[in-house]
Amino acid sequence: MSGIDTMNPSPQPIIRVSGLRVEFETDDGVVAGVKDVSFEIAPGETLCVVGESGSGKSVTSLSILRLIEFGGGRIAGGALEFARESGEVIDLASASADVMQSIRGNEIGMIFQEPMTSLNPVFTIERQLTDGLRRHRGLAGEDARKRALELLREVRIPEPERRLSQYPHELSGGMRQRIVIAMAMACRPRLLIADEPTTALDVTIQAEILGLIDRLKRENGMAVLFITHDMAVVAQMADRVVVMYRGDVVEEGPVGRIFEAPREPYTKALLAAVPRLGEMQGTSGPEPMRILGDALPTAAPPRSEPSTKGGPLLDVRHLTTRFPVKGGLLRRTIAEVHAVEDVSFSLARGETLSLVGESGCGKSTCGRTILRLIEANSGEIQLDGWNVRSLGRLDLQRARRDMQMVFQDPFASLNPYRRLADQVAEPLVNFGLASGSEITDRVAHLFDRVELPRSFLRRFPHELSGGQRQRVAIARALAPSPKLIVADESVSALDVSVQAQVLNLLMELQADLGLSFLFISHDMAVVERVSHNVAVMYLGRIVEIGPRAAVFGNPRHAYTRSLLEAVPIADPARRRPHDDRSFRPLSSPIFPLGADIQPSIYDEVAPGHLVLKSAA
Amino acid sequence: MKRFLTPQGVVGFSLIFAIAAIGILAPLLVPRDYATRMKMAARLKPPSLEFWFGTDQLGRDLFFRVLLGAHTSLGIAAAAVGISIVIGLPLGIISGYVRGRTDNVLMRLVDTLLSFPALLLALTISAMLGPSIPNTIIAIGIAFTPFLARIIRGEALRVSAMPYVEAARAAGTGDVAMIIRHILPNVIPLVIVQGTISLAFAILAEAGLSFLGLGTQPPNSSWGLMIQASRDYLDVAPWTALAPGAAVALTVLALNMSGDVLRDVLDPRVRS
Repeated sequence: MSGIDTMNPSPQPIIRVSGLRVEFETDDGVVAGVKDVSFEIAPGETLCVVGESGSGKSVTSLSILRLIEFGGGRIAGGALEFARESGEVIDLASASADVMQSIRGNEIGMIFQEPMTSLNPVFTIERQLTDGLRRHRGLAGEDARKRALELLREVRIPEPERRLSQYPHELSGGMRQRIVIAMAMACRPRLLIADEPTTALDVTIQAEILGLIDRLKRENGMAVLFITHDMAVVAQMADRVVVMYRGDVVEEGPVGRIFEAPREPYTKALLAAVPRLGEMQGTSGPEPMRILGDALPTAAPPRSEPSTKGGPLLDVRHLTTRFPVKGGLLRRTIAEVHAVEDVSFSLARGETLSLVGESGCGKSTCGRTILRLIEANSGEIQLDGWNVRSLGRLDLQRARRDMQMVFQDPFASLNPYRRLADQVAEPLVNFGLASGSEITDRVAHLFDRVELPRSFLRRFPHELSGGQRQRVAIARALAPSPKLIVADESVSALDVSVQAQVLNLLMELQADLGLSFLFISHDMAVVERVSHNVAVMYLGRIVEIGPRAAVFGNPRHAYTRSLLEAVPIADPARRRPHDDRSFRPLSSPIFPLGADIQPSIYDEVAPGHLVLKSAA
Repeated sequence: MKRFLTPQGVVGFSLIFAIAAIGILAPLLVPRDYATRMKMAARLKPPSLEFWFGTDQLGRDLFFRVLLGAHTSLGIAAAAVGISIVIGLPLGIISGYVRGRTDNVLMRLVDTLLSFPALLLALTISAMLGPSIPNTIIAIGIAFTPFLARIIRGEALRVSAMPYVEAARAAGTGDVAMIIRHILPNVIPLVIVQGTISLAFAILAEAGLSFLGLGTQPPNSSWGLMIQASRDYLDVAPWTALAPGAAVALTVLALNMSGDVLRDVLDPRVRS
């Protein structure tokens, strides 16, 4: 019957992983990084493996290439059946080193997370692109060069001829990741493994790269194994999804089904914690994050309303911070990075103002300048009556009691050699706020406040998880009872479920203590949920500022719009048509000395909603 | 405590304790003239039941000379490394933490010293001060300081750039407290590792100085002096070099082993 052909189930998969188990030899005996993982990927299909840190998703991808052996792991069981170009099916788990070498970078391509470090800085782009061609395809000289050019065009790099002779450091992050993708594509792999390929990239570049991978898959009929922690990226990319947790597959299915009707509690919890851009339409204040398992209505913290009594807590006027760029033989200043350029805003008591923007836009520098961890060039910072910029040493010390900071990386912002209690007590000691047993009591209360068990008091940072460490950092910031907390990407390094908990803790603290937050973040979906007001920064300036509902609901500046459009949404039904070309002009915040810098002038499009008039 | 009990730790620390015990106790228990008594009839005898390590060109018992030489060699090395840490640690930390002009001035000074080979520097200082044990200690100590200061500065520079230092500054920590609470504890592991390695080099440096006649003076014995004396008899009596040479090698090995273990033990990240 003619129907049989179409009835035929999916074509022969390119890779079929069954019962994979990977073990690591450690000082404490054998630990299984992956316990029992099975899946298969058909040609032209994207399988997303999603999970939080420690779920074993990267171990799985490294096992397929047998790279895990170089990281101290061992494939202890299972089969990795790979359909080779010749039609032969081999088990990669038991293939010889020679066979593996002929497969790696040839029939299986790999894209790593860090475009900064996965390219070798001492070789030109041409050399790195043609490496695989020389080895696997026997191409050399002009032929290899031609193919390399073709590849660069395929990944849509502007001016490909010029790129060939350039070195990685001459290219931007997005461009480097395109090169890495071109390298992976060089020998037309049957399977492409992408391990968090966009995690280190800005959201607009992420959108381009995702579009690129998707197009290459369609054009070449590759199978794609896409590893990520980001549910929004999964929703945009996947045909099918494998959810992993602690080395096991929790759930597998088509992407629509996983998002609409997740079966396993873990998948449900994971999806619940993901903020979805646009879901806050019609509300004005912040909302707590959803956490599955918490009885939401009762656990919801009281909404805090900013208070206008007594004027704003923080008032920043025309703040400008520039860094010198040294060069020449005498190391003289030849130009300046305008990290923060004529930035003005004010922050009420109990209010959260978010500074959003992509890397290098000056949002972190702005926060640090306000705390005077970096000195400003000009402008005014008024904090609750203190003129922060003109404070002497002693007064600054007093003013710092009122403004504390929570940093991005909870692994690096705690001293590995000090006990947690001592670290939280540090501001109390520094500011002379308590002594003797009072310190111990107050630290213990702070631990209660951030919901950490008191048994952690005597521990060291490495014994805690990322979320717990960030709670310690929050406790330290709370210790001197500040009025303002600058939270610099404070939840960016955390897994999504932990991120939701920490955000809720922050909102709860705000409601209870009337804290003001300057919330610095690149994550639009999180910002939408937590802020009263939002300021969008680009190249050192605020391009748009206003109430959150206005900026997200009615973005007026072109950059705000492009930013919002680039954000992937955690909903496979709302996929965005990705255009993988890069339209953004290369702009830089570096200006020569004495350049004519225009002040920031704003249009007030609605009460409190300001838009930068012209790009200076 | 458990962390000490790795095979490497057990062997390393047992050896260190044994060697240190010999260095301290031997001069108290073994009469000095055991090592200086000359038996002309028993010159250059190979190891035997009577002379465990053999005898040297003057018929002195090498076993006792190694035993009593430990005191001089180890004492000089330990004191010299102590001096270099006492000078180099604050120098390196201040340089790396304060940076700027202070760093430039201090490091150019260090670079100047560093441009001389350490042994040559020690030789010069020793020659200027005159041959004696305290002067040998001072000479080796000063000669080893620039290297240590450089390494510590690098580490202090790295630690100063860590987010927890910025976090502490935001929490109102002053410079002195910053150095004591945050910089120093993070630099110490490197000092320990570097210190044990320096100790090994200092033993060799003392040997070198003694070899050139500037370190320990006869009839006192030190391992370096013994190696020096053995030079002329290497082809007829190789054991004269073997005994002190093996002592130096064993000590260096033990120091390296226990240095690694000590670093791990002191690291709270590994200690759990």
